[in-house]
Amino acid sequence: MSVLQNTPYGRSLKHLEYAALGGRAYQIRKELKQGLEKPFKTVIDVSSGNLHSAGIKPLTFVRQVFAACLYPQLIKSNKLPADVKQRAQALLEECAGGSVGSYTPTRGIPEVIHRISQFITWRDKGAASNPENIYLTPGSQWALENILKILVNRLASPGTGILTPVPCYSTSILSMNLLGAILVPYYLDEENGWELHVQELHRALASAKGVCNPRAVYIINPGNPVGQVQSKKSMQEVIQFVYEKRLILLADEVYQDSIYTGNSTFYSYRKVLSEMGPPFSDTVELASFHSVSKGFIGECGLRCGYVELVNLDPSLKDYIYKLFSKDSCAPVLGQIAMDLMTNPPQPGDPSYSLYEAEIRAIRDTVTDNVKRASAVFNSLPCVSHHPVNGGAFLFPKIDLPTKAVQKAKEENLEPDTFYCYRLLEETGVYACPGSEYGQAAGSHHIRVCTLISRDVMEELLTRLSSFHRRFMKNLS
Amino acid sequence: MSATRIRILSARNVLPLGRGQSGGAQRSDGDSKLRLLTSPHLSPSSPARALSSLSATRRGLPQEKMSENGMMSRAKVLTIDNMNPTVKKVEYAVRGPIVQRALELERELSEGMKKPFAEVIKANIGDAHAMGQQPITFFRQVLALCSYPELLNDNTFPEDAKSRAHRILQSCGGNSMGSYSASQGIESVRKDVALYIERRDGGMPCDPDNIYLTTGASDGIVTMLKLLVCGEGASRTGIMISIPQYPLYSAALAELGAVQINYYLNEENCWSMDINELQRALNEAREYCNPRALCIINPGNPTGQVQSRQCIEDVIRFAAKERLFLMADEVYQDNVYADGCEFHSFKKVLFEMGPEYSKSVELASFHSTSKCYMGECGFRGGYMEIINMDDEVKVQLTKLVSVRLCPPVPGQALMDLVVNPPQPGEPSYDSFLKERTATLNALAEKAKLTEQVLNTVQGISCNPVQGAMYSFPRIIIPEKAIKEAMALGQQPDMFYCMKMLEETGICLVPGSGFGQKDGTYHFRYKIPLSRIRMSFCHFKFTLQYS
Repeated sequence: MSVLQNTPYGRSLKHLEYAALGGRAYQIRKELKQGLEKPFKTVIDVSSGNLHSAGIKPLTFVRQVFAACLYPQLIKSNKLPADVKQRAQALLEECAGGSVGSYTPTRGIPEVIHRISQFITWRDKGAASNPENIYLTPGSQWALENILKILVNRLASPGTGILTPVPCYSTSILSMNLLGAILVPYYLDEENGWELHVQELHRALASAKGVCNPRAVYIINPGNPVGQVQSKKSMQEVIQFVYEKRLILLADEVYQDSIYTGNSTFYSYRKVLSEMGPPFSDTVELASFHSVSKGFIGECGLRCGYVELVNLDPSLKDYIYKLFSKDSCAPVLGQIAMDLMTNPPQPGDPSYSLYEAEIRAIRDTVTDNVKRASAVFNSLPCVSHHPVNGGAFLFPKIDLPTKAVQKAKEENLEPDTFYCYRLLEETGVYACPGSEYGQAAGSHHIRVCTLISRDVMEELLTRLSSFHRRFMKNLS
Repeated sequence: MSATRIRILSARNVLPLGRGQSGGAQRSDGDSKLRLLTSPHLSPSSPARALSSLSATRRGLPQEKMSENGMMSRAKVLTIDNMNPTVKKVEYAVRGPIVQRALELERELSEGMKKPFAEVIKANIGDAHAMGQQPITFFRQVLALCSYPELLNDNTFPEDAKSRAHRILQSCGGNSMGSYSASQGIESVRKDVALYIERRDGGMPCDPDNIYLTTGASDGIVTMLKLLVCGEGASRTGIMISIPQYPLYSAALAELGAVQINYYLNEENCWSMDINELQRALNEAREYCNPRALCIINPGNPTGQVQSRQCIEDVIRFAAKERLFLMADEVYQDNVYADGCEFHSFKKVLFEMGPEYSKSVELASFHSTSKCYMGECGFRGGYMEIINMDDEVKVQLTKLVSVRLCPPVPGQALMDLVVNPPQPGEPSYDSFLKERTATLNALAEKAKLTEQVLNTVQGISCNPVQGAMYSFPRIIIPEKAIKEAMALGQQPDMFYCMKMLEETGICLVPGSGFGQKDGTYHFRYKIPLSRIRMSFCHFKFTLQYS
């Protein structure tokens, strides 16, 4: 029997299950508005990395520039700082007709892309980025889908395989599945900070023999749902692996700004690749993804991400371009957000000190959240949480008692989904079940977002703790 | 006709869920009704699909190749030969090679190179603001207030703009447009869209649950096509689309590996639709594919024709009789200029035809914030209204839209304003009305002028531009030019447009990018708000090649 048949994702593809949880959260909010009595006054939604909806404020500089770009009369007024006005003026000159309502070229506003490539070069300490290889899209998932479309031949036999982590961001799984890819799971090592062992990649690849034609490895770094930040050594091993096995590397790096311990640094795959030198640096084919949805800027609703393509066959360029071009372009406000994120105020600029203060406040909040939540999780019976260094979520393991597992089965739910339903109904906390992301068979987890205000985190932990103790007591 | 007819788009014949679950074996009762692709094979004999027969497997591909100087270099992992074959067939003329050249020329101009023109005029794309159309002040004020709510304390903004901004922000998570919304779109916006549709359609009820906000209308159109396309070989889905058409359709169909079924609009009769032609196209297509949907763009793109109410009724009857899913692309619904022409929404006509049709015909209609009097393409705002969709298919639709996470929230906010503009008595009403009227009048005036000017030129004939934003004139290309084009491997109208670009800086899109009857040539010209400079250029070309 193939290892793939008992896939850890099997349940996550039953989209209905966790979509229903979201639907119930929505319903509960409505019921609260209508004045229905509940054991809680508010729903605490930590189900997704939706910063602004859970108390993290938008960055002032960013929003001021948006306002000035949308309504250029503000540029002539004295209501906004000088650097905001200058930035807006410059951006509008880069837009067709001086309007953010115009289409842009397919890959994005050329000057914005150019500045993004400069940011990438700076971030990666010299590994030069070519703006010609950058495509801005309505969100990084959109870019990922387009790259997958090029890679995945739905009608091929054997089918196109993609090595994917367990656990893995659920939207990526869904997207690959909808395109007709076969997911080949590789397990992250929970006991060791969710580390990626290259031997596990080898095992996964071997398991695909005779089942599908593996063509790519999808890696999320920092991870989602687990916030592991890959070590350079691990990344080098991955690069060697994809080089030897002739696989495309898909590096989802949207959480690169979410590092919250001092002993971790984010390295981009393209940087490590470049440092390894030839033959790797000029042959490994890499697509790396970034987004304005996360980090400190948290502008998820604006929908903008990019993919940077490294070492791809130049003869593919026209095809790639045409595929992206039929979608017109990324939303212009989102492109502007990407520009501001990668080119923030500098020391000496009027907005710099406020900007830095706001970033620092968010970073401190998240660091404290992670510390606090980890401590609380580890104090709860049958909950264990291994320290992670980055990302936007905590993914504690819950050893659910047999009775709970039984009850879940009776309701035709995964055990951790059952736990999340009870949590929602009894406390108003909306977290996501681990089954949505895939996990080692028999294990259960929940995913909780840490990009929230301190108050919300404290309230969340209070509600969750008392619920958990009750739940374990009643169902042991 | 029975009201309990089996849906055209049902759980049994919709969107294959990839290949089944990963590895293929995890099935449970809930999935048994869903159709899954099994043992897919390409049918080499299918005439309408020229998919590459090259294997996509890695086996047998060269690991190394010789480069020019005889050095062994490593072959690429992802190549033209092993990429997804359907992606290779995607063309999108509106942003095609001629536009690339236009951008190059712009760069050269900015670097000081001398050209026979001072600026490149990008008349290739339906981008209003790029061509000088002004945004609606009220909309931009509200959006600025939503972006930076500190401005709500500013008394230079009108009160109605502020109250709108409040309302929009309250519907956003954490009162920020930067939060994800629900995948289907913000509920209060969908409710407002439904009310707009009810008002527009003379009170015909509209259920907000049938409204899906999208990333531009294109996103909605592609999503629906993804749901529709399935099957293999002779049962592969065929989608009917007008010729000429907006090339998003042909691009999406190519990428999805669907069969494109062309029905020709009648150029001699102002690009009207002819049911006989629909029937012809359908009958022929049934020989080699499974036609499942009929796409219609009204007002038309690139042709601008506005369908009569009778025509729309006839199309609905045809779709009902032939069991076709109707896709009505109505993004230009406010752009109607010609006397005697009026926009009739498919939804309205459908419901006015009574329950025999309104309870059974499956329809998706699309709208956008990119066109009309708003012209806010860069916001990527849009919606689709779905009528009579099977509930289980709706579940699949929910999955598809969730991969997008959500449509851009500023676009959703903008759509809310479009469907809910200032009302008489409100502070911003007068200026809103003035701006809107001025924009639509300018477009109408220029539409007429464009047609007139083009028709004075020998060798160009232009149908009246009844609506939308373009003219699609027919051009006579001299034999000598055709020969030269062929020698270069170019379509004659591409050759013509390239020459036009190099000599005048005007960037057009050749008719071959939209489809046209064999042996005819056209170009699509976005109606300018400034001078129309076409006439002399064509004259020179004809002179040069006669």
